[in-house]
Amino acid sequence: MQDGAVHPGASPSPLPEKVSVTLIVNGIERRFSVLPWVSLLDALRDHLDLTGTKKGCDHGQCGACTVLVDGRRINSCLTLAVMRDGAHVTTIEGLAANGALDPLQQAFIDHDAFQCGYCTPGQICSGVGLIAEGRAKTADEIREFMSGNICRCGAYPNIVSAIQQAMGAKP
Amino acid sequence: MSTPNNTAKAYTGTPTSRVDGRAKVTGAAKYAGDFNAGGLAYGAVVEATIARGRIARIDAGEALRVPGVLDVITHENRPRVADSDEAWRDDLAPEDGSPFRPLYDDAVKFNQQPIALVLAEEWEIARYAASLVRVDYEKQPFVTDVYRRRDDAIVVEKPDKLRGDAAKAFAAAEVRHEADYFIPTEHHNPMELFATTAMWEAGGPLTVYDKTQGVQNVQQFLCGVFEKKPNEIRVISPYVGGAFGAGLRPQYQVVLAVMGALKLQRSVRLVLTRQQMYGLGYRPATIERLALGARRDGTLDAITHEAVGTTSQFEEFSRNDTGWSALLYASPNARYEHRVAHLDVPTSCDMRAPGAATGVYALESAMDELAVALKMDPVELRLRCYSERDQNEDLPYTSKRLRECYREGAAAFGWDRRKPEPRAMRDGKALVGWGMASGVWEALQVPVAVRIAMTANGHAEVSCAASDIGTGTYTIMAQVAADSLGLPIENITIHLADSTLPSAPVEGGSWMAASACHAVIATAGEVRSELLRRAKLMKGSPLADAVEEDVTLSDGKLVSRRQTDRGVSISDIMRHAAMERIEKEKTNEFAQDKAHARNTHSAVFVEVKVDEELGVVRVTRVVSAVAAGRVLNPKTARSQVMGAVVGGIGMALHEETIYDHGLGRIINHDIAEYHVPVNADIHDIEVIFVDEPDALINPLGMKGLGEIGIVGVAAAVANAVYHATGVRVRDLPITLDKVLGRRQAA
Repeated sequence: MQDGAVHPGASPSPLPEKVSVTLIVNGIERRFSVLPWVSLLDALRDHLDLTGTKKGCDHGQCGACTVLVDGRRINSCLTLAVMRDGAHVTTIEGLAANGALDPLQQAFIDHDAFQCGYCTPGQICSGVGLIAEGRAKTADEIREFMSGNICRCGAYPNIVSAIQQAMGAKP
Repeated sequence: MSTPNNTAKAYTGTPTSRVDGRAKVTGAAKYAGDFNAGGLAYGAVVEATIARGRIARIDAGEALRVPGVLDVITHENRPRVADSDEAWRDDLAPEDGSPFRPLYDDAVKFNQQPIALVLAEEWEIARYAASLVRVDYEKQPFVTDVYRRRDDAIVVEKPDKLRGDAAKAFAAAEVRHEADYFIPTEHHNPMELFATTAMWEAGGPLTVYDKTQGVQNVQQFLCGVFEKKPNEIRVISPYVGGAFGAGLRPQYQVVLAVMGALKLQRSVRLVLTRQQMYGLGYRPATIERLALGARRDGTLDAITHEAVGTTSQFEEFSRNDTGWSALLYASPNARYEHRVAHLDVPTSCDMRAPGAATGVYALESAMDELAVALKMDPVELRLRCYSERDQNEDLPYTSKRLRECYREGAAAFGWDRRKPEPRAMRDGKALVGWGMASGVWEALQVPVAVRIAMTANGHAEVSCAASDIGTGTYTIMAQVAADSLGLPIENITIHLADSTLPSAPVEGGSWMAASACHAVIATAGEVRSELLRRAKLMKGSPLADAVEEDVTLSDGKLVSRRQTDRGVSISDIMRHAAMERIEKEKTNEFAQDKAHARNTHSAVFVEVKVDEELGVVRVTRVVSAVAAGRVLNPKTARSQVMGAVVGGIGMALHEETIYDHGLGRIINHDIAEYHVPVNADIHDIEVIFVDEPDALINPLGMKGLGEIGIVGVAAAVANAVYHATGVRVRDLPITLDKVLGRRQAA
């Protein structure tokens, strides 16, 4: 506080009650209680121990926290866990089936579509969502529709190649 | 130095997928903020909102009454920490000055300085409570604008001995170019937030998972700050979500997390917000002045490069921007001088290719302007002043194939189709511009130790404290280990970034690849010697007469180099010797060669398309031709240079930390307002590695690649924008207002 006012006796607002939330995460029903201000991102990371989903800005600016909710890609930092009660959530941990990588995960390895790997879970979830949307046909469209996912290592051309491979398109 | 295995080069030099790839695409790779534990407490930082002054009063009463809040630590109640500058000086700290000590006293030295740490049962509670901490300040005058301190800047770098008289030669030159260039403050913005998880265990060591480029640097620093014995703190950082220099020095969150854990006697996680990361180090805003004097034939007579960078009031951090200009091109007269201005900001720090990304931007922009003045092709000008020797030290290079970079880069780009006049090339409504620039960086090598533990079943664990910040260290070490030990790469496990492992300095400056790989080779040599010693003891051993130089490890066997069918399998040797494992540790050794300069070089060619009405600049094509010795892994090496080119495009067109100098505060401190390139900004990038054999630098003939890819890129973009539009923008980033505004003024 910059106005110089001191509030020695002030009491903070009481915390609200915790709310019970059920999510179907990577096919498994998970029931937990959280304060209503907990984002889906923090619920996954801190309450369900699914730390593959990353926090890069907490403001919907970078895309590192992208997950699939009911099949659609969203920034999990911009939604509260309580708002998604009953939803199906797929995180990076849920993409590989019985140890077999999703074709886009394999394509990311094949095309070296990452360096540090921190944005990678979000990139891959976003790419899976994009492919499911079926609206990107060209490299320019992939670039446009993947621009919500920042990669500071600058792997963008390789990310586009990886998505093209997974789409079955010619590189 | 043991000779590397020359017979089976299955992996070294071959495109190889990252060995940590699967962990990274499945979410299994754990970063500093990903380590969970029962009873974890969460921290949130309260930052100062003034640029300079003191904390008159700080009141955490309301914050402490929030249910779930465990403690609020300020300078008034913090645990004891060391009180000497020496204890706070990490490996990368400037020699001069007094390193920043978070929560040490009531002094506010920069805006966004941490002034309190709130600890709570949950992160959201900590964050809320942090908003309730009340602070009164006594404000003092401050300056955050480098232009206001330009004349007071202190000289930090200049040559010991002047080369000729650059001022006199410039005055007499047939053709002159002189101009100021400006690079604003830039922030690294790695995707990973700076984070520390400090795991507290009663009676045990404190295990600190930290986002850092050097676990041993952080470990020694923490031991100094908290007056601990080396075995009381362990620092681990298996994966680092980008750093680009921001993780070279220990950042304040590691101090606060450890402080919290020690005070609570409980594990603590502290993750900075994106906004708070603008209170860390940054690439310093730098004013560059170039004066080039040339003859009509394009040979240089005079080079003068003066720069003023920025640092804090309490530490004198700088990297020499100006020495590159005197080094790169032949000129009988040259002078450089780097100065630094002290401002009321945090200490600046290394950011990818520190000194060169900025200094060479100015040099290569000036060279382009000189080429225009000479009416000479920019590549031709660089060939006219090409130097086979390091001009500063007057030494030959271990290798320098910059000429080939120009040739191969120009050919791949189609440079010969360039029309020299500005505004001469179009694509529909867009103006097309082609620009180029040179790049240069150092090829440094540092002591690194590696331990190899090989088991009789032909598996090897290779351990080293070095970090992999996304550069591919895990992978190239696995490649070199596989080749040196004659094992398939799947049988190699690499352990990195644990302070208890064999010693390595911070990962930075492009020195880790060569250093770590040669430590692997040196240690593998020890393993081979041990195997030979044991093999010779075997009855009827085919290697009974062999000496060390004669044998190599290949395909799971120790064999004669000359007669590879003569040998013994590793498992037989170890079984015979009744050994389950061979464990060796060794530090690399490089020849002390003071007679050669060691550098990497590049030539960058850029095409931009500029919307004439809107001034929007798009970089549509880049060719980066790099000479960096032998490339160990063309797949990851290409990615590294490509990523650096993306960083260079950001530097040219997007990146700028904007201060309100009236408030002394950054006003675009997030990743939406501080622009970095996104996918749609990036188009074709071609990376060429020119063949650069180097028999002198090290046995593998390799040089590091971390920085060279960014050097020159911003200049090449700026030069292309000039070629497209006829507008010369000399202050980065080249935003559309500058492109349009100056065009109208011209």
